[in-house]
Amino acid sequence: MAALLDVQDLNLRFPIGGGLFRKPLTLHALTDVSFTVEEGETLAIVGESGSGKTTLGYAISGLLTPSSGHIRFGEALSGAVEDRPVQLVFQDPFSALDPRMMVGDIVAEPLRLAGVPNKERQERAETVLGQVGLNAESAQRYPHEFSGGQRQRIAIARALIADPKLIVADEPLSALDVSIQSQVLNLLNKIKRERSISYLFISHDLGVVHHLADRVIVLYLGRIMEIASREHLFATPSHPYTQALMRSVPRIGRGRRQPGQSLKGEIPTPLAPPPGCVFHTRCPKAQDVCREAVPVLEPAPGRPGQMSACHFKD
Amino acid sequence: MMIAAPASVAEIQDAHSQASGAATPLLRVQDLTIAFPAAVGREAEVVSSISYEIGAGEALGVVGESGCGKTMTSLALMGLLPPAAQVDGAIWFDGRDLTKLSARAWRSHRGRDAAMVFQEPMTAMNPVMRVGDQIAEVLVRHEGMSKRDGFSRAVQLLASVHIPSPERRAQDYPHQLSGGMRQRAMIAMALACRPKLLVADEPTTALDVTVQAQILDLMLELQEQHGTAIQFISHNLAVVSEIAHRIMVMYSGRIVEYASVGDLFANPLHPYTQGLIKTLPEMGQPGSDLYTIPGTIGGKRPPGCRFSNRCPLADAGCRQAEPALREVAPRHYVACHKVN
Repeated sequence: MAALLDVQDLNLRFPIGGGLFRKPLTLHALTDVSFTVEEGETLAIVGESGSGKTTLGYAISGLLTPSSGHIRFGEALSGAVEDRPVQLVFQDPFSALDPRMMVGDIVAEPLRLAGVPNKERQERAETVLGQVGLNAESAQRYPHEFSGGQRQRIAIARALIADPKLIVADEPLSALDVSIQSQVLNLLNKIKRERSISYLFISHDLGVVHHLADRVIVLYLGRIMEIASREHLFATPSHPYTQALMRSVPRIGRGRRQPGQSLKGEIPTPLAPPPGCVFHTRCPKAQDVCREAVPVLEPAPGRPGQMSACHFKD
Repeated sequence: MMIAAPASVAEIQDAHSQASGAATPLLRVQDLTIAFPAAVGREAEVVSSISYEIGAGEALGVVGESGCGKTMTSLALMGLLPPAAQVDGAIWFDGRDLTKLSARAWRSHRGRDAAMVFQEPMTAMNPVMRVGDQIAEVLVRHEGMSKRDGFSRAVQLLASVHIPSPERRAQDYPHQLSGGMRQRAMIAMALACRPKLLVADEPTTALDVTVQAQILDLMLELQEQHGTAIQFISHNLAVVSEIAHRIMVMYSGRIVEYASVGDLFANPLHPYTQGLIKTLPEMGQPGSDLYTIPGTIGGKRPPGCRFSNRCPLADAGCRQAEPALREVAPRHYVACHKVN
């Protein structure tokens, strides 16, 4: 497999506030993020709110410009924003679709921007609506006539119509009811099988990630804590933060909770990330070195494919 | 891999029988129906003749998808239904029927006998009032405390829900707190007068998993300390399974199954409950297709069983008569024609 996407040392900082006598603050949204996405691979990004997941998705889609670092797409692709073979699917299918456009026009809009003639646009819109499980008449209707799950299908159809190589899906299931989630999850799986498309799948739901992802990045305060194959990450999580995330997920069949195992505190503000390891303020393993030196992302002991940024990794 | 073996079924049942006891339950809902004047294309009845109980110190989980009636049921317990709502049936709480209360009696019930925690604490709190004053307001109203005493009690309450530097936080406005801290403050406010029943409507849905775990721990801790009964509403089966003794599954305004946590997951009987459990990603092999419940939620209710248009087992009989909720095993209730 060739790398479809190569991200290197990506940094994204936002200046905040500031005034005549006040120095602007800097929000460190992403710091030194490097990874690749292979063709046909699903790479999941997990982490809590404020970890930079969405910012990363936007940077890769070209909606945000990195402060430094590179985002390169495979050979033959210039990487210029307008040539990016990327499409986005957003979390909330109610705000992601223009309520005054007909579904056919919404779905065909990427083609209109690319200058495809109207007749071909309409045909392709109907085909792709069929592929996401909606009938051809849907093209003549408006978004409000559809349920949440159906709207997310429309958003997915719009993402698919221009034949992207990569779909960035930002929490595409979290606004949906449980019984509808599995329908959309199956649809994403089917598209992947049929088109050998790659996904950058942003989610906080580890159950969904375990089901869909080939590899997983764990993000915390804009830094990669751990990156590993799904098997390794779930079987032998290396980073204390990954381990804490796994422990936090409620599970059926365990009976009532045993209190006292949850991680203390909350994610600090990205305006003033802690020095050293950004996780040390909540880490049960933290020592003096963690408060001073930023740990390097290195293979976990005996597991070369599993990279973990921790001075005391397992 | 996300599923631990259901080895603790017996434990759960034990815990339940201890918690519920044999005496009169704290809350007994009888044939509760909530209806609204019909708007076009809407079902007028959002909750249809449901009956259930919560014992003192018991935690009941209420599970269901959008529109199943779980939130309306909770609002009915608090007297917070919209004015247009028509309520039928009885809600017996500590010996009196809440549906008969005057507006004045409701005000003394809310916050003192029963309190509620909402999904989004930012919208549930007053944005222009300090957190400490909001908590104190409850104490001033119900316990007749002075403002000053109420405030210092509020600080203690913030400490009891593990908010760091509670003296300073009591002076903060809600927007100055993080989501997790706001939810802790909401819980502190709800528990200020030691209510017998805490109604929690998706209290952890807006929170991150690590913070969700902290809030669930906190609710369990407080429940065990004070013996508060809880009605815990969630769309998330796993969350409910970790906090409840018994679970009630709702669909389209009806209770379809009602059992102890152990029984429900070891032996789910209603096709909807079975579907909900099978549809969870952690139940499938990675990459495989997940089980799906056909059809969508909402739309017009079919005649007969309300789940019949999505049910894999439905036949002509199901489309004719609505099944009643009946006890098919000790304390395991199900509403389905296909269950013997």
